[in-house]
Amino acid sequence: MFPFNFEWVWDLGHMVFMGGLWYALTIIGLGVTYCVVKAVKETSEGAQDSHH
Amino acid sequence: MIDSALIPKGVKRCPTWQFALAVALASGVLLWGVYAMLLCWIKGLNQTNMNNAYGFALWIWADLAVIALGGGAFFTGLLRYVFGKDELKHLINYAVLIGFICYSSAQLILAIDVGQPLRAWFIFWHANVHSMLTEVAFCLSAYFGVLCIEYLPLILENRQIDKVPFWHNLSHNLHHIMAVFAATGAFLSFFHQGSLGGVSGVLFGRPFSFREGVLVWPWTFFLFTWSAAACGPCFTIAITKMTEAIAGKKLVKDNVIQLLAKIAGWMLATYIVAKIIDTIYWATVTAPSKGMNLMDFYSNNAFYGIWILVLEIGICGILPAAILITPAGRKNPKLLTTAAVLGAVGVCVNRWVMVLQTLAVPVLPFESWTLYLPSWQEVATTILPVAYGVILVLISYRYLPVFPQEPELNPIEQ
Repeated sequence: MFPFNFEWVWDLGHMVFMGGLWYALTIIGLGVTYCVVKAVKETSEGAQDSHH
Repeated sequence: MIDSALIPKGVKRCPTWQFALAVALASGVLLWGVYAMLLCWIKGLNQTNMNNAYGFALWIWADLAVIALGGGAFFTGLLRYVFGKDELKHLINYAVLIGFICYSSAQLILAIDVGQPLRAWFIFWHANVHSMLTEVAFCLSAYFGVLCIEYLPLILENRQIDKVPFWHNLSHNLHHIMAVFAATGAFLSFFHQGSLGGVSGVLFGRPFSFREGVLVWPWTFFLFTWSAAACGPCFTIAITKMTEAIAGKKLVKDNVIQLLAKIAGWMLATYIVAKIIDTIYWATVTAPSKGMNLMDFYSNNAFYGIWILVLEIGICGILPAAILITPAGRKNPKLLTTAAVLGAVGVCVNRWVMVLQTLAVPVLPFESWTLYLPSWQEVATTILPVAYGVILVLISYRYLPVFPQEPELNPIEQ
């Protein structure tokens, strides 16, 4: 899963396979982080949008 | 009602005792499943009827089936957020809820099936990058994360939770970038739905499921994704109709259901054409090249006759597709519901044959058919997710604004 795991090999299989996973996880993680940080900022500023 | 403060505005719900009774009944079934699950965890997989012939059995079929049925979430999300089918915003909440139940159920069943759940994390940590099942584990887990994110705003829209500014703002922000999550979910779904099909398709020693393909992907890879995108929405429609029947009121406008039914119908029609071509090629070229004929797969046993092929492709494929692509068929409520149910049953039959018939068919001259009956523990643990799903639907329907059109369709008389 990580390059520091003993069975890791820098070959095409690992790069494509694990690259795809980390790509997806990064998007999900960044998306959630953005939403949480923005919500904290808006809440501290007292903003409350009533539209969804 | 003691919980009236939690019920969404503008909708009417059954009395609390009635709700509690329904939850209690479903919980009884749930507890039966939990007891069987504990037996499997404490005593081991000797509680099942799996053996050397059936390393994959009822649980894997249930996994593949619920993942295909949960495909309505990713496909409806893709249509709504990426392709801009705005009408589907009135059904997307329920599609996500059904998808959430299906995928969490799949993970629960896998947690029982691995036999030693304490080592389940090995598949991530010590990943075999040449295994389609590793890809399935990755995409399944990541997509379940996406479904949690898609389900979260609905929970945050509960009347009481929504009053808290932070939760309100978080819900709003999640809605704002939901297209990103929906697109990621579609990417992940494409690969794990496909890889589940790929697992059967690459079995060159089992001519019943083996298929040629392109590069590393057998045709079953694409057929599984296609069928999930076609039959997942059928399941969403079928469950919506069932919910409306139980609630005794209309929850979604006809134009929304019609749109999803039309798209699902064309997906199903194109899928079934591809499936027929695949079946003909397999029966006339692939299987004979491995020394087998079509009827070798459907004779000399007590269960698997040619009827199962007719059921999968004809009754649960061609028939529902024909109903759903025809405006007159779609507009007839009974035909629409029948077609949606048949489409959902069809994908379950497909997963059954690709998992269990594959293992039942003899592959060596001295072998005979190996049939299998699940133990009661396997049955109970497979019914467990159904009870869990019923409870989650009951709770979500009561306390969350799952159906945005419900207040308009069912105005409360003052």
